[in-house]
Amino acid sequence: MSEILVEARGLTKLFDDFVAVEAIDFEIRRGEVFGFLGPNGAGKSSTMRMIGATSPASAGSLTVFGLDPATDGRAIRARLGVVPQEDMLDEELTVTDNLIIYGRYFDLPRSVLRPRVEELLAFAQLTEKRDARVESLSGGMKRRLAIARALVSDPELVILDEPTTGLDPQARHTLWDRLYRLKQRGATLIITTHYMDEAEQLCDRLVVMDGGRIVDEGSPADLIARHATPEVLEIRLNVDDHAEHASQVEGIGARVEVLADRILLYVEHADTALLAVRDRGIIPAASVKRRASLEDVFLHLTGRTLVD
Amino acid sequence: MAVPTALRFVEAQALAYRRVWRASVFSNFLNPVLYLLAMGASLGTLVDANADPSGFGVPYLVWLGPGLLAAQAMTTGIGEGAFPVMAGLKWRKTYHLVLQTPLAAADVLSSILLWIGIRVLQVSATYAFILVLFGVTDAVGALTGALIATLTGIAYAAPMVAFTIGLQDETGLTNVFRFGVVPMFLFSGTFFPITQLPSLVQPIAWLIPLWHGVELNRAAMISAPTTFPWVVSIAYLVVVAAVGAWWATRRFERRLVL
Repeated sequence: MSEILVEARGLTKLFDDFVAVEAIDFEIRRGEVFGFLGPNGAGKSSTMRMIGATSPASAGSLTVFGLDPATDGRAIRARLGVVPQEDMLDEELTVTDNLIIYGRYFDLPRSVLRPRVEELLAFAQLTEKRDARVESLSGGMKRRLAIARALVSDPELVILDEPTTGLDPQARHTLWDRLYRLKQRGATLIITTHYMDEAEQLCDRLVVMDGGRIVDEGSPADLIARHATPEVLEIRLNVDDHAEHASQVEGIGARVEVLADRILLYVEHADTALLAVRDRGIIPAASVKRRASLEDVFLHLTGRTLVD
Repeated sequence: MAVPTALRFVEAQALAYRRVWRASVFSNFLNPVLYLLAMGASLGTLVDANADPSGFGVPYLVWLGPGLLAAQAMTTGIGEGAFPVMAGLKWRKTYHLVLQTPLAAADVLSSILLWIGIRVLQVSATYAFILVLFGVTDAVGALTGALIATLTGIAYAAPMVAFTIGLQDETGLTNVFRFGVVPMFLFSGTFFPITQLPSLVQPIAWLIPLWHGVELNRAAMISAPTTFPWVVSIAYLVVVAAVGAWWATRRFERRLVL
């Protein structure tokens, strides 16, 4: 197993009386893409800021590169790349200047920065925009620039806090492609997200967070195997309250979950399950057969959907 | 050679300043010239015909010049500690960004104050140069005056930065200009000696850093006598600046390192 870069034991973050992160344990190894999946307010960003050595832990222990953020914050931050939730770009400066000036905070000489910035512009598909002011860029371009900025210091570990939130589907896919390339180059990435497809596509291992706690961890495939069946049959009935009708489909699959607008049946084969539903005399207004996803894992673990 | 972390945020501020430098340099020249022409030369002839505010027989323009330089340093220090700080804190969020890098809160603060010092020095040196052109002082007087003015500017900038960091929005800033800068500008001995004020009020003026800056500038540039020994005024400005810097660092950490 490769070296542990981040290790947390009983890590806790309090804001006055509010418990944002409650005694969580995890370890992140070199070369892996590690995800924190959870809804808004689950404590993901607070955890990222503690790892990023910009927010002191309230209790528990945390080491990053084997160092303590409370005493070695500068040394830790010098080896990290951070893509914050808000881009925090200087809109009035050019794309290139945003990268150069960030590199200067790491005391990198301009002679080192110039070629590196060229490489990063190519990687972020922003070479043509190199002299444009940031305010003229689209949301997806700004996010790619924020990622390029995090890479300026050639960090050993990159933290991305909700990298695709607020982007349109096409921009999200472009960004995923970039992150996938980073992963292939062997970078260690920490990603927070409330999109299960993002976590499934990018993460080697992830923890599911809810209400400041870690409710489970594993690879996406492990988690799905543990908390869901291979397939899911979603049925929508012509009724006001789906909950009242859930008992009618009981026993067809391993488990039934009731949402406001549909019933989910966790089954081995969705086709056979749909036939069984019809055999019971229930004719759904609509039905969807799909593979189980992390969304189902989250639903099983917390009883709620990820994105409301 | 490695640049100390305490200085690394200066360059970014200089780069941000680059986009406004033309307008800034223009007003650095225009402002003193207009004031010296209107108050010093025009109003000055009226004053000189009726009184001697200096008490030792120099024209009003000569007496006024060093005071205006100190007042300009105050306004620059307060101005640089107001809107640019609000921008870093709230509008551009540069401070949040910089704290993700090897820099810590104290590094960011020292860079902010150093950059403000550079700006005040730039403005004061221009002002002092114009005072030489108006025949108020000589080169040595101009140089000393510019340095003293810079200290005065920092004595205002440091507490101003602290104040701005505690604000949620910019309305508090306009109040500083309305209720702080304007009265200090008018009643700190810049335009008339504070001995003209009721004797009960005069000790209040001694607490105003600008009054010390004005006293020191007049001593350095036109050899005017001072109320207190000059080291007292220097020490007072240094203490105000140091307390302001300490307060600013504390508030910066409380607001940004959560």
